[in-house]
Amino acid sequence: MTHPSHSELARVVRDHAGRLAASLVYLVGDFAAAEDLVQDAIEAALAHWPAEGIPQRPDAWLYTVARRRGLDVLRRESRYREKIALVASPAAPEADDRLRLIFTCCHPALPRTGQVALTLRVVCGLTTAQIAKAFLIPESTVGQRITRAKRKIRDAGIPYRIPAADELGTRLAEVLAVIYLLFNEGYLSSGGHQARYRDLTDDAEFLAALLHDLMPTEPEAAGLLALIRLHRARAAARFDRSSEIIQLQHQDRSLWDHEVIAAAGRLIAAAAALKRPGPYQLQAAIVACHAEAGRWEDTDWTQIAVLYDILLYLAPSPVTRLHRAIALRYVAGPAAALREVEALAGDLNGYHLFHATRAELLRDLGHADQARAADERALTLTVNPAERSLLRQRLNWT
Amino acid sequence: MKYVLMFVDTEQFAADLAAMDDTERERAYARVHQWFADHHDKIIHHGHLMPSDTATTLRLDRGEPLVTDGPFVEGKEVVSGYAEIEVADLDEALRVAKSWPACPVVEIRPLAP
Repeated sequence: MTHPSHSELARVVRDHAGRLAASLVYLVGDFAAAEDLVQDAIEAALAHWPAEGIPQRPDAWLYTVARRRGLDVLRRESRYREKIALVASPAAPEADDRLRLIFTCCHPALPRTGQVALTLRVVCGLTTAQIAKAFLIPESTVGQRITRAKRKIRDAGIPYRIPAADELGTRLAEVLAVIYLLFNEGYLSSGGHQARYRDLTDDAEFLAALLHDLMPTEPEAAGLLALIRLHRARAAARFDRSSEIIQLQHQDRSLWDHEVIAAAGRLIAAAAALKRPGPYQLQAAIVACHAEAGRWEDTDWTQIAVLYDILLYLAPSPVTRLHRAIALRYVAGPAAALREVEALAGDLNGYHLFHATRAELLRDLGHADQARAADERALTLTVNPAERSLLRQRLNWT
Repeated sequence: MKYVLMFVDTEQFAADLAAMDDTERERAYARVHQWFADHHDKIIHHGHLMPSDTATTLRLDRGEPLVTDGPFVEGKEVVSGYAEIEVADLDEALRVAKSWPACPVVEIRPLAP
């Protein structure tokens, strides 16, 4: 029997944990109790599978363990008696019930940190220890977030269900925000080629793909999936050998996964055909403009600026205006872009990219001293090592 | 499940209400009456509190009971009324609360079983 690799193990657990949780919630009728059983089964799998190999039917293996643990609980806690008795019948939910699981984990009555931790644990099957390592926070903090979220689900009467049609829009937005946060956490904390303990962008892509699969007529779910895939398709070119950030214009585009980029483009087109534009579709379309350009010089900046205009109309935000100003630099020149950027000083004074962008534009316009001051300010505002290193290089060159 | 909706007034809301003329104010009250009528099958009971300057606070943890004038916390946002409702779950409670036509904040708390 071959020993499974770290990522194989993660993938198999993730493929089955959510389904197992969904069928157990259905059978036990209690979210928290079902979740405990799943966690026990996953802990057991992580203890056995690395040495014994992944069983042929991982779902059956996990289910058997969860059931046995359930019967143990039954002996101690009489209130689960009737419920656990049901677990004796094999779990075979007809439809994929994980959508309810996702909406419950991402209920707006839970704090964002709780939503993220619960989604990773319940839907992706991460253990508390794995979540703590991925976010570089103490295991006890994650444990408290999970416990508190589960207690609130029970005590506040948060239902286990897919929201009604009139609520679906805002509730879906909440789910997308959780997945996007998870993606950004993984994307921004990644640092080149050194192996990371857990690639959260992989979990985010899994969740976005699952959501798209379960809600194929929701264009924003498709938009988020395309956005994540477009970023991940270019990840190999983002860092050099010493883990320094390579800016877009200097990246080796032959390292990009052009098949994934083309497929994401088709996904965006199919979503657009549903004629319900939204922020994730637009962000994906903007990233696609970059990803589909054969060379930096071929970038369609006019199209990008138009897409930013629509995005600003749908979801106004100073950060989006900043990005639009960057596109404007190539359409209308650095002076026009700088005017746009300066107008954002009140909103974005504490944001490192505001100062870094100002620095680039000032340098373009020949104001080296002001550019230097802006880069120095940017440096004081970011803790990300790769970004700090890039800014330091820039300060050394000029 | 039973929940209590606590209606919370803000200074802005109180000022807006004070600035209304009689007809506007009557219309505002009519909307509130309509809300109670629309949800009467879920509302167990409800009450509207007199303003917080009528409050008296009693402290029992400092030796002799201590009586003071005013609410126990001075705040810009004060509970001005409540409704106890019985609904299936939090989503239904949220649905009821979302249509509340008056003060701008509603806190939803489950009643202990």
